Amino acid sequence: MQRYSGFGLVKHALSHHENWQRQWRNPTPKKEYDVIIVGGGGHGLATAYYLAKEHGITNVAVIEKGWLGGGNTARNTTIVRSNYLWDESAALYEHAMKLWEGLSQDINYNVMFSQRGVLNVGHTLQDMRDIQRRVNANRLNGIDGEVLDAKGVQDLVPIMDCSKNARYPVMGASWQPRAGVARHDAVAWGYARAADALGVDLLQNTEVTGFKIRDGQIHGVHTNRGDIGSKTVGCVTAGNSGVMAKMAGIKMPLESHPLQALVSEPIKPILDTVVMSNHVHGYISQSDKGDLVIGAGIDGYNGYGQRGSYPTVEHTLQAIVEMFPIFSRVRMNRQWGGIVDTCPDACPIISKTKVKGLYFNCGWGTGGFKATPGSGNVFAASLAKGEMHPIAAPFSIDRFNTGALIDEHGAAGVAH
Amino acid sequence: MFYILCPYCGEHREEEEFHPKGQAHIARPADPENTSDDEWGDYLFFRDNPRGVHHELWVHAVGCRKFFNITRHTVSYEILEVYKMGEQPSITAESLASAEKSQGVQVGDGGQQTVGASDSAAKDSRGTKV
Repeated sequence: MQRYSGFGLVKHALSHHENWQRQWRNPTPKKEYDVIIVGGGGHGLATAYYLAKEHGITNVAVIEKGWLGGGNTARNTTIVRSNYLWDESAALYEHAMKLWEGLSQDINYNVMFSQRGVLNVGHTLQDMRDIQRRVNANRLNGIDGEVLDAKGVQDLVPIMDCSKNARYPVMGASWQPRAGVARHDAVAWGYARAADALGVDLLQNTEVTGFKIRDGQIHGVHTNRGDIGSKTVGCVTAGNSGVMAKMAGIKMPLESHPLQALVSEPIKPILDTVVMSNHVHGYISQSDKGDLVIGAGIDGYNGYGQRGSYPTVEHTLQAIVEMFPIFSRVRMNRQWGGIVDTCPDACPIISKTKVKGLYFNCGWGTGGFKATPGSGNVFAASLAKGEMHPIAAPFSIDRFNTGALIDEHGAAGVAH
Repeated sequence: MFYILCPYCGEHREEEEFHPKGQAHIARPADPENTSDDEWGDYLFFRDNPRGVHHELWVHAVGCRKFFNITRHTVSYEILEVYKMGEQPSITAESLASAEKSQGVQVGDGGQQTVGASDSAAKDSRGTKV
């Protein structure tokens, strides 16, 4: 792999940037792999990378029906934070946060991780009590966090309407300074390039059409490019996980919903942090390009159409204008939807299944992007050892029958 | 954006009057005290999540406030059928598949449509409203 550096940039400038090496190969599928990852989004690519790097398993295929990072990896609002309430999820998201902090160096790819902080705004007394509880829990888990009052919020975000005259006055917020945003496409591309360099085969335009299961053991997958064998298969297919599970004869506690987001026309720098509000329901940040990145809530109905209903977007923009009257005349540039697989307790499923050798990493719902490195890291360890990593273990699918749920509806960014 | 026929009001109304309430036809276990953890967990949490025809429970929240069922396609979002509580769907994934085999695709009985789809159904609705 050709390393990226400032010196390399200068060197390639001399040849008009025409001789850059391709970022990854386009291999033909082998007959057999040690591990197959189904799904070439951020989580799948990260899993492949950590399998190769940390566990020495390089005979790995990532099978993607479209192109790399073309699903929810490319559709999220790029927010990274780890201020979750319960110990299990705090451990998982904080593990991811620590990996984020060294990621660009680790994979030699600038993922533009910017720790500009995240505010979770409270508008009612109950909001503030929940925020205090969550921040206290975070600090006990070694995660940075502060409770701010309305003045503290106003100092950080001068353009926000923190007056008493607002319809839903801002009473305060939780503040995680280490949180921030990252360039979502670069995360997928960076992991893909680094995994490819270690020998992982990235098979694009390859659709899994079925699983080869004999005597309760996985033996590989059927694809539109022929059968590919493996005794270990990890399925990381986000919104499509319910469909994939059904192919393997497994029922999942998942419902796939459309989740919408939108960006405005680019404007000059005006918002240097991330603001989220569960109560009026909207979240917003400004990208390095200058556009305002705005996330909506999920549409309540099941959908695989990668589009949602207009009232959902309208509701979100009402909330944004309520908090930021100054944005009332900003024009929106693009709007889109992704399919999120939501779990009843707003926590992911990282689990073995009743089929030996078949693992699922799904159910991230509305908040999977922030966990990309951590999810890939613990999932890779689980696939490599055949035993769930201690951080992943509580997220077993069994919890829906044992009752050991991890209820993160309060700390999830989007109500669902 | 959906334009939904409430089977109780008999009128097409915009989606914002309604709330989706998840999968329809989920029967509560008859004897909850003697239900195993597996059965109870399945009843509470495990759902069909089909890419295709889906039967859903909806409520006309700011209308008559009654619950009813919708059969809808989860990719095209087309509403195929609306029926009252206690009734069974006449359109299912299986019935559609066999209809498709015997002839060209012919679904729905008109009248329920998403906005943006053909407007012949919308015309029907204007007829029925009066």
